Amino acid sequence: MANGSKQIVDFAKIKATMADPYKHPVQVIDREGKVVDPDTLAKYSDDQLVDFMKKMVWERTLHEQTMNFSRQGRLGFYAPTAGEEASEMGSVTAFKQQDFLLPAYRDLPQMIQHGTTVAKGFLWSKGHVEGNQHENPNMLFPQIIIGAQYVETAGVALGIKKNGDEDRVAFVYTGDGGTSQGDWYEGVNFASAFQAPAVFFVQNNGWAISVPRYKQTAAETLAQKAVAMGVPSVQVDGMDIVAVHEVSEAAREYAAAGNGPVVIETLTYRYGAHSSAGDDPSRYRTDEETKPWFDADPLIRMRKVLTDKGVWSQDQEDKLVDEYKDEFKEAMKEAEAAPAQKVSDFLKWTYNVPTPAVKKQIAEFEAKESK
Amino acid sequence: MAKMTYIKAITSGLDQVLKDDPKTLIFGEDVGKNGGVFRTTVDLQDKYGEDRVFDTPLAESGILGLAIGLSLTGWRPIPEIQFMGFTFEAMDGIVGQLARDHYRFGGQKNFPVTVRTPFGGGTHTAEMHADNLENYFVSTPGLRVVTPANPYDAKGLVISAVESDDPVLFMENLKLYRSMKDEVPDEKYTVPLDTAKVVREGTDVTIVAYSAEVNESLAAADALAKDNISAEVIDLRSLSPIDTDTVFASVDKTHKVVIVQEAQRMAGVGAVVASDIAEEKIMSLDAPIGRVAAPDSVYPFAQAENDWIPNADDIEAKVREIVNY
Repeated sequence: MANGSKQIVDFAKIKATMADPYKHPVQVIDREGKVVDPDTLAKYSDDQLVDFMKKMVWERTLHEQTMNFSRQGRLGFYAPTAGEEASEMGSVTAFKQQDFLLPAYRDLPQMIQHGTTVAKGFLWSKGHVEGNQHENPNMLFPQIIIGAQYVETAGVALGIKKNGDEDRVAFVYTGDGGTSQGDWYEGVNFASAFQAPAVFFVQNNGWAISVPRYKQTAAETLAQKAVAMGVPSVQVDGMDIVAVHEVSEAAREYAAAGNGPVVIETLTYRYGAHSSAGDDPSRYRTDEETKPWFDADPLIRMRKVLTDKGVWSQDQEDKLVDEYKDEFKEAMKEAEAAPAQKVSDFLKWTYNVPTPAVKKQIAEFEAKESK
Repeated sequence: MAKMTYIKAITSGLDQVLKDDPKTLIFGEDVGKNGGVFRTTVDLQDKYGEDRVFDTPLAESGILGLAIGLSLTGWRPIPEIQFMGFTFEAMDGIVGQLARDHYRFGGQKNFPVTVRTPFGGGTHTAEMHADNLENYFVSTPGLRVVTPANPYDAKGLVISAVESDDPVLFMENLKLYRSMKDEVPDEKYTVPLDTAKVVREGTDVTIVAYSAEVNESLAAADALAKDNISAEVIDLRSLSPIDTDTVFASVDKTHKVVIVQEAQRMAGVGAVVASDIAEEKIMSLDAPIGRVAAPDSVYPFAQAENDWIPNADDIEAKVREIVNY
């Protein structure tokens, strides 16, 4: 090509404009607590808004109590959720009991809302099989290998479609790091290829353990990744529970109507460490970086909206926190009273029909256990 | 009864399970209109419709995710992984997820998935198409691994695999697909998932083999018979679990054993069988345990694969060494 002549394609321009549809994340209440979308807020009764606030106070208190239990050595692996209350409670409340939830490890609060108990959540953290057995059968255990829950979601959603179940979808969570996994793309693409009813959440909390969001990809947004799979997507202010709930409900409705899957990126933040096992965030991020996010706290802005409306008070909130704490302490007692697990049971569950070698090992362990 | 090739017998078994259970689904790369790259699922989409037999996007981990998710919504999936070498892309799905899920739920949910996949050397394929990768899967609790060595077992085993509520890895030997014909009943029958079979009776030595090496072992036994060496040949059929009762009964009779596999020697199925015999039957043996396996190199470049794959001559030589010990 001759020097200086115009190229047939302007890649720089394409790159500069490909995030254009995502310039304005959906927002109803801004970080100062100012209502920026009064029409949408007006769709919610005061009771509904108070209920959102209660759920966020519940999740924040659950997090704090869980960290206490962790420090006391009464729990195993736990992934802190503080900062993500609007993203988690705003989304899960848009789904129905018959919807199938495929959680990852930071999604215990959504599981409890979807139909299990706090005690079960604690049992999962402690490493007890009862932590995987929930009252609502439409739920998997928290996935540990990030990505697997995305491909399995495509399968659940296809199964729902093949069964002809109406008003039913699969919904799934991962984080910003999760979008780098091959399984992320395979899951979204399979659901798209089969036009299966799935809602894929990416809770972009800024960090995959110590690796910041910008190191995961040069893409300006994570939501735009869905475009390549022919899937509509949206970015939403993940610190604004009303906005998260609105887009989640719209996504559920769209998917349940047979239009195929949706991807939702919630812009949120992980206040604490990656896990209770004790990584130290001060090794990889500064107060200067985190402060704007702490200021954007989902509880602060909702508290302001509700206080302005005269339907919320600090007294009321303090009382709730105490009630929740008592509830969680009771749940811990229940979890601690769960029966001891037996290796013979583990062997029995390994196969539906035990193999001869496993049968022999069951007998050996039962003999040991009866001593 | 009709004479059927190994591949036709598998197709016949799949036809049977699609007919018997409306919840069975066949899916994978090219399994629909094309009937699979080997034609194993030929005509099944026409017969049962695109809802039951369908193509997927080209992604093995996605295929396993689909299988697990479909199990969770009441289906009985029969995914195909086009070549066993491609199971590496589905390792988390098979080993990290599927095999563990029944256990994770404390036995409360079943994952009745049959993963079909072709493997085996001798047909000059491209790389990653022929490897014997069973070693990775037989060390996976929760997963059954079976591989038929003849058309009759192929049909009976595939039906048992699909009917089983445990996940099963069903390994199809692509060299056997069209090189073997057998009497195979048109009607339904099953072959149990966890039993070996004595395919030739003998008194002097036991040869334990599976898949294509069963035929090599039978050829070796024929040659040995000319010198009045009577070899008993056992086809393991199931690699996980291994039917040690059948192996031990034979060892008690012959007191000598040679274990044959097409896979590399290192940490393989043959090593497991040898250690089981050593642990339980060492006093019954009159000679060391003999092993025939491929050498511990990466699977060979296709031009040289026949120099690498253990054959009847290798088996015959090892048996003579053990018998004359």
